[in-house]
This record gives sequence, C-alpha cells and structure tokens, in this order.
Amino acid sequence: MGFFIETMLGGLMTGMLYSLVALGFVLIFKASGVFNFAQGAMVLVAALAMARFSEWSNAALGGDSLFLANVIGIIGAGIVMFAVAWTVERFVLRKLVNQEGATLLMVTLGIAYVLEGLGQTFFGSEIYSINVGMPKDPVIMFEGLIEGGVMINKEDFIAALLAAVLVGGLTVFFQKTSVGRALRAVADDHQAAQSVGIPLNKTWVIVWCVAGLVALVAGIIWGSKMGVQFSLVTVALRALPVVILGGLTSVPGAIVGGLIIGVGEKLSEVYLGPYVGGGIEIWFAYVMALIVLLFRPQGLFGEKIINRV
Amino acid sequence: MTNASNAAPAAAQGGRKFGDVILDLQNISLRFGGVKALTDISFNIREHEVRAIIGPNGAGKSSMLNVINGVYHPQEGKIMFRGQERKKMEPHMAAKQGIARTFQNIALFKGMSVLDNIMTGRNLRMKCNLFQQALWIGAARNEEIAHREKVEEIVDFLEIQHIRKTAVGALPYGLQKRVDLGRALAMEPEILLLDEPMAGMNVEEKQDMCRFILDISDQFGTTIVLIEHDMGVVMDISDRVVVLDYGKKIGDGTPDEVRNNQDVINAYLGSGH
Ligand SMILES: Nc1ncnc2c1ncn2[C@@H]1O[C@H](COP(=O)(O)OP(=O)(O)OP(=O)(O)O)[C@@H](O)[C@H]1O
Ligand SMILES: [Mg+2]
Repeated sequence: MGFFIETMLGGLMTGMLYSLVALGFVLIFKASGVFNFAQGAMVLVAALAMARFSEWSNAALGGDSLFLANVIGIIGAGIVMFAVAWTVERFVLRKLVNQEGATLLMVTLGIAYVLEGLGQTFFGSEIYSINVGMPKDPVIMFEGLIEGGVMINKEDFIAALLAAVLVGGLTVFFQKTSVGRALRAVADDHQAAQSVGIPLNKTWVIVWCVAGLVALVAGIIWGSKMGVQFSLVTVALRALPVVILGGLTSVPGAIVGGLIIGVGEKLSEVYLGPYVGGGIEIWFAYVMALIVLLFRPQGLFGEKIINRV
Repeated sequence: MTNASNAAPAAAQGGRKFGDVILDLQNISLRFGGVKALTDISFNIREHEVRAIIGPNGAGKSSMLNVINGVYHPQEGKIMFRGQERKKMEPHMAAKQGIARTFQNIALFKGMSVLDNIMTGRNLRMKCNLFQQALWIGAARNEEIAHREKVEEIVDFLEIQHIRKTAVGALPYGLQKRVDLGRALAMEPEILLLDEPMAGMNVEEKQDMCRFILDISDQFGTTIVLIEHDMGVVMDISDRVVVLDYGKKIGDGTPDEVRNNQDVINAYLGSGH
C-alpha cells in the first residue's frame, strides 16, 4: 500500500511538470493557432541562459553570493526569453498570419533548430549545472497513517509545488484579468478581437512571453535535477502526449492530462515494466494518448469537432 | 435626384440634428485579385445620422464596412476622418479612433460568457498595465469594477439581464446578434457599423433591434452605418441611403429619393428582390 501511494505521488509530481509544459503548448496554440514545436528548444535555451548567466555572475561576484547570482541568472534568462518572443512575433508570426497549420508547424520546427543552434553558440554546448538550492534528500511522510510511511523526494515535491503555483497563477491571470480576457478573445476570434481594439501583435508577444516563462521554470527545475544539456529538448516533448490527451485547446485538459500521464507513466514503469522490459514509461504515454484519441478525437477536454456538410 | 447627400437635412426622427461630415469616402476602389469588390465609390457620413448601405448580394456592402474599419485596404481612394486624410490602418487602430462594428456572420468569443464578451469592448478604456494586472492589485481590481458597471448598463439597455452569465455559444441566434451589438456599444463608439444586424430574425426580434438602433442614435448620438436587406426596415429607420450594385454606387439620398431612383429599381428587380 505504502509503495503504491509512493508511486502515485511520484507520478503526480512529475505530472505537474508535464502540465506546466503542456500549458505552454496550449496557450500558444489557442492564441495564435500555432502548434509550437519549439517549446522544447525554448526550455533548453532558458535553462542554458539561466545556468550560464548565474555561473558568470557568480564568478564575477567572487563566489560570495549564490543567491544574487541566481537572481541575475533568472533575470538574464527572462530577458533572453522576452527577446525570443519579440523576435518570433516580429519576423515570423506577423508575416504568416492565416497560413495553413502545417506551414506554421514547419516554421516552429525551424525556430526550434535556430534556437538550439544559437543557444549553444552563445552559451556553450557542454553540460552545465543550475544550483538553486534544491534539497536532494528524500523524506518519509505519513508515518502515522501508513505502515512504514511514504518516501517522498523533496526536490520533486518542491518542483511540483512550484509548477502548481505557476499553473494556478496563470489560470487565474487568464480568467480574471482584462489582459487575460484580451488573450482569450484573440484565441477565440482574431477579427472580432481586433475590432474591439485588441492588437494582435502585442497579444502574441505576451503569449510567447508566457510560454517563455513556462519554459524557464521547467528549464530550471529539470536543469537543476539532471544538469543543463541538450536532452532537455526531448524532456519538453514528453508533454506532447499530454496535449494530445487533454486537447490542444483546453487549459484544464493540459492540467488534468499532465497528471494522468505522469501517474500512468510511473505506474506502468513500476508494475508493467518488469514484464515487458524497461523503457515502457517512454512509449506508454503515447499509447494512453492514442487510446483516448480513438474514442475522443478532440482529446479529453478539447472542443468537439463538428464537420458541417 | 437632388443633391441631398451633401446637404444636411433636418433629422426625420426625434428631432435629431446632423452634425458635420465625420467620415468622407472618396473614390474608393477595392480589388481581390481579379474580383472588383468596389469601384470608385464616394459618399459621406454625417455625425449623428443613420446611414444605410443597401444592395443585392455580393454588391460590396460588407467590403465597404471592412474598408471603413480597416480590415481591407482599398487600392485607390481616400478616407477623410473629421476632415483629415486617414492613414492606412488596422482594425484595432480604427477602434481607437472610435469606430466599432458588428459582424454579418456573428463573431463572438464563443468560450466566454455574455458579460465577458461585452467586457472586451471596454478593453481600450482600461489603463492598468500588465504588471499591475499580473499581480491583480487594487488599481486593476477597482478599474475592473468600474467597467463592470458600464457593462451592466448596456446589459440593461439591451434587455439581456437574464442571460448575463450564459456562454454565448449556447444562445439562440437572435440573442447572439444582440450580444454582438452590446460588445460594440461597450466601446462607446462615435461611429457604429452594423452589418446586417437583423438578418435571420423573426418580426418581433427585428422590431426589438430597430428600437435599440434608434435608441442608440437618440440617447447617445452615435453615428450609425447600417447594412440591411429588409427594405421596410431601411426605409423606416435610416436618414440617408447609399445603394451599391456590383461594386458600383447606383444611388444615394433620402429613403424617398432612393425608392424612386430608376437605377435602384432596376437593380432590385433584375436580381429578383
Ligand atoms: N476576402 C475576400 N476575398 C476575395 N473576394 C472577396 C473577399 N471579400 C469579399 N469578396 C468578394 O467581393 C464581392 C463583394 O462581397 P461583399 O461581401 O462585400 O458583398 P455584400 O454586399 O456584403 O454581400 P451580402 O449581401 O451577400 O453580404 C463579392 O464578389 C465577394 O465574393
Ligand atoms: Mg455582406
């Protein structure tokens, strides 16, 4: 029992991170109709910028204040992500509005390569570390409730908490503020949004900045856990089955989908893994997503697709 | 036909007084590839009047509206706004100048409630910056509340209190049209462009809509440009009428003048109206 709960909790905590990255996908898709394949590259660039800026400023400060160095690192990475958002809007989206979805998808593939390339040119292509003081040791909890208690990885727990706060914050921002309302308006209908005075260009910059923020947080969390290296690109793509499962247009779908995939992965790894061999957690998420698609092509929460004949 | 389009006639209804020419369209031509949507069209719009644009299907009425609010940019011609030539502009800039519109094919924000849809019309009047909003602090909250009051006034005015919180996607067509109007009204525009606000409505709904349009004109003095197919409605509520056919202007004047214009009669008989 304790072990099962442990596995579940582990899954939920990873799932929260998937939710966060999936939210990045969903926001951009809703507001600009673009499936942003470059989300993974954005995570890499954000993590690289964070790692290197804090490393450099730490050296410049003589290693006195890791905290200050990290703050500078975060600000630096934030500026980089803003520059990415601005550049993408100015030189890509603005020219390509109303193009086919497939065209835009290919464009984001291009953006991904450019970001990966430039990121490594500027910041280097070795493995760097991010140290934001995440505790590495596990703790035992709920000893009174369950025999033997439940072992929880503190780092995962803090990461999940951070992701949950950000997801919650973004949701409130989108639902309750007038900027959020403007973003939803653009997501619903470009023409109508413009007619009430909402400028598309500014909105897209904001949305890509939000995606950049999501990428930064994900980059810091994963970067501090496994080091900042090229494979961070693929980590973000593990949120892909999440958006398939949750529906590309649904914020709650991203959240719930992330949790389902997180838990599913962990449970399959622990309970099915021994029978089918290792590595199951990598493809099992896609199997779950595909099964959902068979029954609900629009995803769990996506808007129903109606074909008018 | 007299020169009525340039004189400022005393208002027909409710003692409304027309002001100066607010928008003057001069020799507008618009093409889509080989399709000539508008050819050398000139007419003006005076402050506080109800100006109708009529014509058979495909005549270029919606295109004209889209030119006025910056969706389309004509290849030729000038647009004078309050006597000054207007630069090429996008719809959100036109909105800033006080031009609001509704859509022929309803373009509401389907995922949002009626209140939220109308709230988007207040967007330009909100001053709080992104940072204040992100933190949802006092100023942003107070601003939101102030604008909510204005929105509630509009909801009352359009008699849609009972559906305030409903998602617009779930509403019947006639009510959606009303919400569309509400969103435009929330902008407190100087010029309101209405693209077939009564299309697809039953008689009762049409009467309500007519009443709203006249009330807007009387109470707020808003200049209204109206596209409508129902001749009875047009003749009843508009002060001056422009007639388009195949992208050309074939008539311009008071409802009576237009009604007796031979070109207009031919165009309408010819296309089976
Ligand atoms: N975006 C566009 N691209 C290409 N052609 C267009 C476009 N918009 C309008 N047209 C063409 O311009 C002409 C005028 O269309 P418009 O929609 O302005 O007519 P309308 O008078 O509003 O007609 P209706 O009464 O049917 O609404 C039509 O031939 C139409 O096909
Ligand atoms: Mg039309």
